[in-house]
Amino acid sequence: MILSLLWTDILVWGLLSVLVVLGWGASRSAQVRQQWHTIFKSSIAMASVIILLFYIIFTLLDSVHLRFAVESDKGKNGQVQYTEIVSILDLIFAHNISGTERTYSAPFAQHEYTKSIVVDEHGVTKQEYLPLKHVSRTGETLQTSFIAVITGLTISMVLIFVHILWRSKTGFKEALRETIEGRTALPWRTAYVTMTLLIVLFSWFYMLSFDYHVLGTDKVGGDVLYQSLKSIRTGVLIGILTTLIMLPLAILLGVSAGLFRGWIDDVIQYLYTTLSSIPGVLLIAAGVLSMQVMMNNHPDWFESTLERSDLRLLFLILILGITSWTSLCRLLRAETLKISQMEFVTAAKAFGVGKLTIIRRHIIPNLMHIILISVVLDFSGLVLAEAVLSYVGVGVDPTMHSWGNMINQARLEMAREPMVWWSLFSAFIFMFILVLAANLLSDRVQTVLDPRNKS
Amino acid sequence: MSTLLHVENLTLAVNEKKLLKAVSFEIHQGEVFALVGESGSGKSLTSLAIMRLLPDVISVRSGDIKLKNDSLFLLPEYQMQQIRGKSIAMIFQEPMSALNPVMTIGEQVAEVIKIHLGLKKEAIKEKVISLFEEVALKNPKERYNWYPHQLSGGQKQRVMIAIALACEPDLLIADEATTALDVTIQAKVLALLKKIQAKRNLSILFITHDMAVVAQVADRVAVMRDGEIVEKEACNVFFKDPKHPYTRALLKDATSFKQIREMASDTERLLEVNDLKVHFPIKKGFFQRTVDYTKAVDGVSFSIPKGKTLALVGESGSGKSTIGKAILSLVPATEGMIRFQDQDLAHLSQMALKPYRRKIQVVFQDPFSALNPRMTVGEIIREGMVSLGVGLKNRTLQDAKIRELLLKVELEAEHMHRYPHEFSGGQRQRIGIARALAVEPELIICDEPTSALDVSVRAQILRLLQKLQDESGVSYLFITHDLSIVPAIGDEIAVMKEGKIVEQGSVEKVMNDPQHPYTQKLLRSAPKLPI
Repeated sequence: MILSLLWTDILVWGLLSVLVVLGWGASRSAQVRQQWHTIFKSSIAMASVIILLFYIIFTLLDSVHLRFAVESDKGKNGQVQYTEIVSILDLIFAHNISGTERTYSAPFAQHEYTKSIVVDEHGVTKQEYLPLKHVSRTGETLQTSFIAVITGLTISMVLIFVHILWRSKTGFKEALRETIEGRTALPWRTAYVTMTLLIVLFSWFYMLSFDYHVLGTDKVGGDVLYQSLKSIRTGVLIGILTTLIMLPLAILLGVSAGLFRGWIDDVIQYLYTTLSSIPGVLLIAAGVLSMQVMMNNHPDWFESTLERSDLRLLFLILILGITSWTSLCRLLRAETLKISQMEFVTAAKAFGVGKLTIIRRHIIPNLMHIILISVVLDFSGLVLAEAVLSYVGVGVDPTMHSWGNMINQARLEMAREPMVWWSLFSAFIFMFILVLAANLLSDRVQTVLDPRNKS
Repeated sequence: MSTLLHVENLTLAVNEKKLLKAVSFEIHQGEVFALVGESGSGKSLTSLAIMRLLPDVISVRSGDIKLKNDSLFLLPEYQMQQIRGKSIAMIFQEPMSALNPVMTIGEQVAEVIKIHLGLKKEAIKEKVISLFEEVALKNPKERYNWYPHQLSGGQKQRVMIAIALACEPDLLIADEATTALDVTIQAKVLALLKKIQAKRNLSILFITHDMAVVAQVADRVAVMRDGEIVEKEACNVFFKDPKHPYTRALLKDATSFKQIREMASDTERLLEVNDLKVHFPIKKGFFQRTVDYTKAVDGVSFSIPKGKTLALVGESGSGKSTIGKAILSLVPATEGMIRFQDQDLAHLSQMALKPYRRKIQVVFQDPFSALNPRMTVGEIIREGMVSLGVGLKNRTLQDAKIRELLLKVELEAEHMHRYPHEFSGGQRQRIGIARALAVEPELIICDEPTSALDVSVRAQILRLLQKLQDESGVSYLFITHDLSIVPAIGDEIAVMKEGKIVEQGSVEKVMNDPQHPYTQKLLRSAPKLPI
């Protein structure tokens, strides 16, 4: 078994370690700790973070890619053969990957969704619903559900127990009572309830996924639950990494235009006016198409389809980042123009403070509310944009699991009677919860970080 | 005289917090009644209650307001609508935001007349023009089609008065109507109000924080403090014999004088400005060619002695703040010399300037925008020390110094961990002073440091500045538009008009025996207390 990290995996883990280091650095300041403490005092923020944490855990599980040595091929010509690249999430859901059906089936169904023509042993041609291949027909659903719920509860109880034990200073009983009565400094009760709900729900889905297709199957018989979970990585990556590419560009250019003015401002303004007057989809399509040509000309860049689609995702993120900084840049330029006229900036100049320090200490902190809001709006927008781009055909690779691809494939079936709703529904719910949690959290962060909002 | 408006035991509250406590007063037909108080004392709330325009969160706990014989709180909204504008009209403090920028001023006055009087189109226009004549707006026929941005502040306030008068109200509420205006314009607007009031036998409720303005216009005065009326008196008695200690303190703060100190004529000059010119280019067209210059400062010379204060007086737009910025090298000087301790600052590079940055510091006008809202007070004061490398590098020693500075400006040492928004205007101004003091400057440029503050707070800040000067021998360039505070702070005075200094000399000499006609006019216009 060897670790085989894709480019986006490296970015994800790099980003995570940078965040951990930054968080550790920031947590040494009492003031910052105090601020984050205040943020989590809100139950909504707490619940949102727990939900986001689940999404991030799935992203991380799906961002460790492995290869296994194939035993039988060993020694043929002295070279070890490897299987396809798979992620940890794939290993967890191995039974779903292997258990593909022929075509559509509804959630918890035992038969296919459409009738097929079969010839029975008497030679009579009939139309009937064929039974699904990978569904148990023992009918012990209730029992399995019960076990699943108990397992989920046990897991979350253990986690909660460990956390309370770690948290309690005065004694476990006292801490437990405080938590139950909701008297803790942070709303841990909400956190525990959210976590328990999510764990129980997941374990129920997971246990049943051995017997059923919990969320149904798609056109080629793939399990929709597995697809939805795989799509989390694509969505989160496009949301986070694109914002990360866009932010430095927007901040750097917006602030310099607003602060230095003169010809710098002119150049930057011409640049973003030009960029934003080209239709976005056209620009992205052009970028994606030229990237495709480039990838076709260099087949040696990647060994497998997975690597190919990963590289395509990376390019898509780059292109999205380069084309979407203009609106934030424009906002930041206007706000910088305003702030640079404020007297505290003049005072800093009178102290001989350098331009860079003025930007870092006086301007950017006062832009934070705009940046935070637009980051989250953009995050949500980008998760949704991925769906639109896949629809147009310039999104992620068609072989890659993404909510956009799910929606795109389900789109044609909307007109069917009765409708095939589960692909669309699953993609929608997963996307909706992610975007909603991100929005609620950012709302809270923005309220707390702005000292003027304190009352 | 019949009573026009009667406010009885008015009590307003938000939840359990009382904002007005049993306020009672009456306004007679044809008198000017002044409501004086510092910010937050409840003057404006009273006027809003009379107009019945209170925000929803504020509830009327008790009391009544009677206009002639009608109780205003009992009227239905449509009748109240009739009263607003027709019986009671209001003028606001900020004429810029009270006028709609996309409508001509004529239309805006006409609109009010149309709603309340229902005249014909031609009659309305005639009426508007006669109103413009009454408020002494030149060329009224032509101005009918002007937009607000084409008018000056004083002219806009005249339009506001015209709108208020349009429907011939019985009561005019002037809420700080002249506060935002320059002294000479303020004098004209006050005279106009007085004239109209006499002619129409109008009652005016004049809300202000400025005792001197009260002395000039009011017949009777009520002093408010924390939602209560502490003293109510006829004007002529009031100024001769104030009874309440708070009123006495207010009057004293408004007229404090600097004890006259010996001015040795040969004191060492700290700063000398010679023929300073600051011109801003006006750029036009696609290629931004310079077509002309705005001469903000046009050949100004003065000097500041060591340990003394030069008061630079002028109306808005006279270029006084630009001089301050030029001395700080924040705007480039077009011509001339700024000699600070025998070094010409006007032509130094940013690097070479650095040692001088710590010697010249600045305190700003607006205490709200002068402090970065995202930094703690400690960080704000520390910034200069770190940037200019003044004093100690060690953080704990710096903290000790910050605490010492906060105590010096009469704040508390614990305040260093708080954010600016937790402080009042006066306290913020103290933080601004502490920030300037942190680098141990020899000259502090005070750019209107007291104009956004209440009278009593203003007196405190002036006393603080004086105390600091006595202790450390720092010099001030005190930029102000308010002649009344010059005696309290200045040793020397320079009067500016349109980028030039028209008169300068010792405060005593210029204030008592002004030579230049402009100085005379300024002194004449400034409202004075009859003491």
